[in-house]
Amino acid sequence: MNALLNIVNQVKNSFGLSASNTVRGGVHPAEHKQESTTLPIGSLPISKRLVLPLRQHVGNLPKVLVTVGQHVLKGQLLAEAEGNISAAIHAPTSGVVVAIEDALIPHPSGLPDQCIVIDSDGLDTWGERVAIDWRHLDQSALLAALRNSGIVGLGGAAFPTQIKLRTNPKVQIKTLVVNAAECEPYITCDDMLMRERAADILKGVEIAQYLLGAEECLIGIEDNKPEAAEAMRQACINSPVRNLQVVVVPTQYPSGDARQLIRLLTGMEVPNDKRSTDVGVQCFNVATLLALHRYFDFGEPSLSRVVTITGNVANPRNYDVPFGTPVTDLIAAAGGVLDHTDDYIMGGPMMGFSLPSVDVPITKASNCIIASAPQLFAPPPPAMPCIRCARCADVCPISLQPQELYWFSKSSNLEKARDYKLFDCIECGCCTYACPSNIPLVQYYRFAKSEIIAQDRAKEAADLARERNEFRLMRIEREKQERAQKHAQKAVGAQTEAAKETAVVSANPEADAAKKAAIAAAIERAKAQKAASAPQNIEKVEPAVQAEIEKIDARRDAAKQAVQAQLFESDPQDNK
Amino acid sequence: MSRSPYLSSAPSVSVIMVKVMLALIPAIAAYVWVYGAGILITLALASTTALAAEALMLKLRHRPIKPFLMDGSALLTAWLLALSLPPLAPWWLVVVGTLFAIVIAKHLYGGLGYNPFNPAMVGYAVLLISFPVIMTNWPAPLELAQAKLNFAEQCQFIFGASLPNGLHLDAVSMATPLDYLKTQLTLHHQVQDIATASQFGTFGAKGGELVVWAYLLGGLYLLQQRLITWHLPTAFLGALALMAGAFYLVDANHFASPVFHLFTGASMLGAFFIITDPVSGPTTPKGKLIFAIGIAVLTYLIRVYGGYPDGVAFSVLLMNMCVPLIDAWTQPRVFGHSK
Repeated sequence: MNALLNIVNQVKNSFGLSASNTVRGGVHPAEHKQESTTLPIGSLPISKRLVLPLRQHVGNLPKVLVTVGQHVLKGQLLAEAEGNISAAIHAPTSGVVVAIEDALIPHPSGLPDQCIVIDSDGLDTWGERVAIDWRHLDQSALLAALRNSGIVGLGGAAFPTQIKLRTNPKVQIKTLVVNAAECEPYITCDDMLMRERAADILKGVEIAQYLLGAEECLIGIEDNKPEAAEAMRQACINSPVRNLQVVVVPTQYPSGDARQLIRLLTGMEVPNDKRSTDVGVQCFNVATLLALHRYFDFGEPSLSRVVTITGNVANPRNYDVPFGTPVTDLIAAAGGVLDHTDDYIMGGPMMGFSLPSVDVPITKASNCIIASAPQLFAPPPPAMPCIRCARCADVCPISLQPQELYWFSKSSNLEKARDYKLFDCIECGCCTYACPSNIPLVQYYRFAKSEIIAQDRAKEAADLARERNEFRLMRIEREKQERAQKHAQKAVGAQTEAAKETAVVSANPEADAAKKAAIAAAIERAKAQKAASAPQNIEKVEPAVQAEIEKIDARRDAAKQAVQAQLFESDPQDNK
Repeated sequence: MSRSPYLSSAPSVSVIMVKVMLALIPAIAAYVWVYGAGILITLALASTTALAAEALMLKLRHRPIKPFLMDGSALLTAWLLALSLPPLAPWWLVVVGTLFAIVIAKHLYGGLGYNPFNPAMVGYAVLLISFPVIMTNWPAPLELAQAKLNFAEQCQFIFGASLPNGLHLDAVSMATPLDYLKTQLTLHHQVQDIATASQFGTFGAKGGELVVWAYLLGGLYLLQQRLITWHLPTAFLGALALMAGAFYLVDANHFASPVFHLFTGASMLGAFFIITDPVSGPTTPKGKLIFAIGIAVLTYLIRVYGGYPDGVAFSVLLMNMCVPLIDAWTQPRVFGHSK
């Protein structure tokens, strides 16, 4: 009977007939969510020293407004958003700025980055808090206010929220999607937040819906969180939000990917080269919406978040953690680690990364810390060759052909990898999860992507250099011709002098005019070309951008080394 | 460093191969029942040769021997080749075929995962072309044979090519139904009359059809275990049945029934165990359908109009050549792309 059902499902899947209420492909890893949901969300004592990385979000670094030695109050702006896409940083507690320096941050590269270090005074004194009467302000004023809220997407992407709320007048947002799927195993911070603070989340929904002008709001929750779904349903009854609905979706990783969830809830597939707003949908995580509520209704900027601490710790639990708190303090609060702990994962086991150290701070992107041990996450056995079984293709939620991408990435056939839509890969890890040969597929894709990006950049620079050189050669040639012309004219002039008496003035003026026009045209062309080849932002980059470029290069090298180190299976000729 | 995902739930390559071999056990049991235990000698010979050749090639290619020997792929190739050969095939035939499959068809192309052709079928095709008489000389099922060989006598036949008490070869062998049908049709007999011969059973070959049922059973196990997808077997058997059915409807006197085609030769072994080799086959769902239909059409054409009684091996090899093209042409629509 099971076999029959399997076959029926396989038939459906391969014709793209999988019901729109399931993700295509996907996997079902063991959830391990119940461990951290037995206790309510705890609160953490303020740590003595908070380290706040300037880069906790996607976009530009914010501009630091404080100086070393300055006393700051809780909620005080430490660094303001700079440029279009950026987010502000606030003091999570009152204390003294003791340093603005490079420190280790939670990032896969393991590289240090600029941080503001605050020593808490233990008083936790609030600065001025001003609630915003959002119902009576126009959108532009609200967005301006939001700019220094420090709120970023708390689902893990950490994209500045004010950008996502800025609507395009050309496209009407019809649906607000609330992402409460939380499909990664182990992570329960959104689950607990919904159980305990559903009403507050819905107040955030109200604000987002007002700002976006959305007609309806769909809250997507996986069916492994019945308590959370029930709490949200109850809260919905009392919410003034129009057309509000809790939609329970099947538990299937990666249903929490924004585009997957949008398809699950609305049936619409966001085109690969467009944003969800282009099809009238915007998507927010529940924790982000709660932060909106705290900011507008209480004047509290983004200072803390709920973090799941789980895995190989004594008491897995969720805590409301001020940003900048060292991971060590969070682990201590959870009763410390158990024996054999050998690694710490930030994020979930499918898409997270190993922390370079436990001395890094919790940031806006840290939704979960998992103490890892060999019995929880066995180190992968040596990779075997790909046998083209296509299990990876079966589980790929976006219908890529991972086995082909692997082949192209491995043989550095990067053009082909791009043709096979490498850049549509969301790095969800389903392919690696399903690979019988234990091939670290996602790492190959990360590596190939960074190689392609580096190549594109190099090509851009080369094009620029070539254009310049071509222009230079053209200029030299033109000058040569002009000189030759001058000489010729002089010679003609001498001749005409000599033959002045006998020769009648011929069509010389016309010829001169034609020549002049030709020269003018050449100069015009040269000018246009010069303008086209004017230095773009590749040469005189700001130190910050340069540092960013170097960092990306370093990350790429690290990825390269790691992939090579992991490759058990490789042709000897490949290594040469 | 980012090494996510930290989780994995896939059966290893070894487990997959072992399960496929497990799925072959019923067919081997049926073989023993129908033809005697000689097939076990053939299997053992092929297995030993395959493992030795695999180890040697790995050593020559400076590869770690243990993990690759343990992956079971060489053993599976050996089994599939052994089950394609006539039972009681001489020992050297088994050894030569297996060596060719492992050394040339597999390792000279880069080993596991890199061979463009199905190694077992390469081995089979080489033997069929080189030794056509031995390869088409199938022993009669025990129930039909004039002289029933016991295990010791079968061993003697395999290793010494000698029959006890001066028995003639005809006493233990007979033409397979596919072969018999082919020769009789050229003598202007009609299918209905030909099918009354003793080697014909209810669906296919007398005795042999039991093995076919066992392959079907093993195939269903593979489907249930999700080791193969439905595409290949369904498309292959369906297309073969449709093709045979069309010819049968037009002229039942000269073309055998679709059921006969499904239950004779290597149809069922091919459908579940041969064409489903992932390495040399296509990976896209649509590609699998095209691949399987192509094999079915070619198999039928070779059986009916070609020079050999069966055509699965050649059809598989011909379609193996088309795999890169099929895969390139049948890329599925990617999420968010219009096409």
